[in-house]
Parts: sequence; C-alpha cells; structure tokens
Amino acid sequence: MQYEAPETTKAAVGLLAKAKGSAYVLAGGSDLLVRMKGGFVEPDLVVDIKRIKPMREIRKTASGFTIGAAVSCAEMNENKALIKAWPGVVEAAGLIGSKQVQSRCTVVGNLCNSSPAADSVPALFAAGARAVIQGPRGKRKVAVEDIPVGPGKNALKKGELIEAIELPARKGKSGDAYLRFIPRSEMDIAVVSAGVSLTLDAKGVIKDARVALGAVAPTVVLVKAAAKAIVGTKLDGTALEKLGEAASAACSPIDDKRGTVEFRTKVAAVLARRAAEIAYKRAGGK
Amino acid sequence: MAVLVSTTINGDNVEFACDPHESLLDVLRNRLGLTGAKEGCGTGDCGSCSVQVDGRVVCACLMLGVEAEGHEIETVEGMSHGVELHPLQTKFIEHAALQCGVCTPGFLMAAKALLEKNPDPTEEEIRFGLAGNLCRCTGYDKIVRAVQDAAKVMRG
Repeated sequence: MQYEAPETTKAAVGLLAKAKGSAYVLAGGSDLLVRMKGGFVEPDLVVDIKRIKPMREIRKTASGFTIGAAVSCAEMNENKALIKAWPGVVEAAGLIGSKQVQSRCTVVGNLCNSSPAADSVPALFAAGARAVIQGPRGKRKVAVEDIPVGPGKNALKKGELIEAIELPARKGKSGDAYLRFIPRSEMDIAVVSAGVSLTLDAKGVIKDARVALGAVAPTVVLVKAAAKAIVGTKLDGTALEKLGEAASAACSPIDDKRGTVEFRTKVAAVLARRAAEIAYKRAGGK
Repeated sequence: MAVLVSTTINGDNVEFACDPHESLLDVLRNRLGLTGAKEGCGTGDCGSCSVQVDGRVVCACLMLGVEAEGHEIETVEGMSHGVELHPLQTKFIEHAALQCGVCTPGFLMAAKALLEKNPDPTEEEIRFGLAGNLCRCTGYDKIVRAVQDAAKVMRG
C-alpha cells in the first residue's frame, strides 16, 4: 500500500486519477481503516487529504458555509456560527460514534460511505447542501442527494473527490433538526432517522420545507411529498398527520435485527413529525 | 516499503519507520514499546487504545502510524510526572475503578480529554463523554465516581 498526503487538491486528484489499482481517500479513517482491518478492502493507494489546508476549514461566506472535507465532526460542534445557523446538521454530525470517533470522522466521509443509516446525511439532504466535487475534468457541484446511489456506493467517478460541503445562507425565520431512533442512549446506528429544515414567513407559515429520512431505504431519501404536506401551514395537527403519512409512504425498509419493516415505517412518521416540530420552534414559529 | 515518520510523543521528538498500513496503535506498541494503549476491538468501538492527538482523544487503532507525522501524540505513559500520579490515576486507584485493567489506560486518556474541555461535568456528561470506552468489570459506577472526584481535585 502506498500512502500519500498531498498539500493541494490538484495533487490529490492527480494521484487518484492516475492510480492503477484500488485507490481510497482518507479523511477521518473511521470507515476506511475498519474495512482495511477486516480485510474488506486492500487499497493500493491511500490519499490522505488532511494536509490540504482549505479542506481543514469551515468558512462563512455570503452564500452560506463551506465545510472542508477534512473538517472533523468535533470541529463542526465547536463552530458557534455554524451551530447557530444549522443546529440540525451539527447535532446530526455530533451523533456519529464516540468522542474518539468524533475527533476524526467527517460529514463528507459519512456521505461518501453512503450508508442508508448515516447520521449526518438526512440532515445534509434536508439542509439542501451541495457537494463540491473536484476531478480530472475540473470542478462540479451537485446536490448531496445525488451522491449516495446505494448501500456503500456513491456517484463519484474515478479520480474524483469531494472537496467541501456547501450549506446555504440562512434567511429570515429558519430552523432545522435531526432525530434518530436507537435502542441505546448513545453509540449506536440509527434504526430510523429524520432530518427536517424549514423556513417560515413573518406570520409563521411554512414557506419552504425539506424532509429526509434515513435507514428506511437503500439510501437516505429526500421526501418531497412530506415537505409538500406542511408548506403553507403553521404545522397544525392536520399538517403533522399528513407529514407523517407521507413519511411512512416513502419507506421501503429492510427487516433486520435492528427493526422490522412495520416498526421502521411507523417510527419514520413519528420522527419526521417530532423533527419538524423542533425545526419549527427553532425557526421562531409558535 | 517503510516510511520514516517524525512526531512528538509525550513531549519527546520521536522518529520511527513503519509500513503505511500499520495503525498508530501497532506502532506505539510494537515499534516504540509504549504498551499502555491496549488493543481491545481494533475497530474503534471499545476505546481501550485511546490516545490524544493534538489535544483530541482518538482511537489509536483507527489512525495510521504515518498520519502521526508532525503531530503531538500523548499516551497514558505521559500522564504522570515521574512518580507523581495524575489526579485521575490517583482517584482510579482510590475508588477501585478497575479490576482487570485492560480498559483503564483508555478511560484515563478519555477522562483527561473530557476534563480538559469541561472541568466540572455532570454525571450525564461524564457518561456520554466516556461512552466510547467499554469496561466489562466495574459496571462503570466506580469509574464515574473516580472521574467526579478527580475533577474536584483538579478544579482545586
């Protein structure tokens, strides 16, 4: 195995593009090193991106936030401006693994690893985040929901890597939230999860909404029907009920030791409703 | 092919050569003789290999040795000042917060990182802060009491 720690994105892309065998990007390593240890992958090349300075930074810009691909979830949870603007994204990132894992793991890694149960991903989907991809043919930006294509599979092509995640600027009365169900109190994988982001008008009526669910389909899913069910409402009882119905309708989960199809389908509705209520309150709705 | 790495461990400049795929834990234990950090699961679940890197607690099994280049590593071996134990070490002994001891170095490093960020944690904060460390002997209660007591001493 060859290990490289380039200092520029260009150099990283160059290494990945011309790699002959299997090449992997290393950020926090909390997925990659476990898979290497288990013998599931045997990389010929590992490209460590943590020496690329812009990838280590959280930048606040006029258009929102840019979170570098090598920023750890612990660092996200220490950034006050980010917490204020996107509390749901930050709380989701803060639920991944232990303190030890938090020190290293990244939301870009969580996204690229493409587990349907990834904690930060429903929150990123709900936030309308975009992934900044660098590759041999230059830069492109895609909606985060276009990255995971199946369990453990992402849409990146050979030589490409995600350099950063962009979160839009928050305007007016906005809020987001993420909730997951686990049978323990911490250190577990989501059985079902929900991320919700809302923007309200001056009267507290929901103008924009995005709802995403985790662990109920082969990938995290953006549920447009659930968002539609609450836009134009003040999140009253009827709206919440319709939100829950739309969330359940979007589920196509598996039966496994963590939860049955029936359980996951029901809990998806409950979590979507509760996350929406928290997001609504955070947005200043009453 | 071995890679030459230069790093700081417990305040000392250290150079070592390792294979690129070797974990920091394997380097510490097998190449540098620092056997305080233990291998429990090897997959980042048990925390018995906890060390600090640039002031943050990490699992040494989930980091490559080559990644240590230019960073500051702190292991349980660097916790005491000579024969003078760190308050956490003293309180773990006083409260009998260990039996077999395999998890103890990891708990000490994680608790140290916790108290450096939060000198006066609640019991819940301690339990969440140490959730990445597993102990199959004590039932955790004695560990929590030891950390609470050490925090008190450290606050002075």
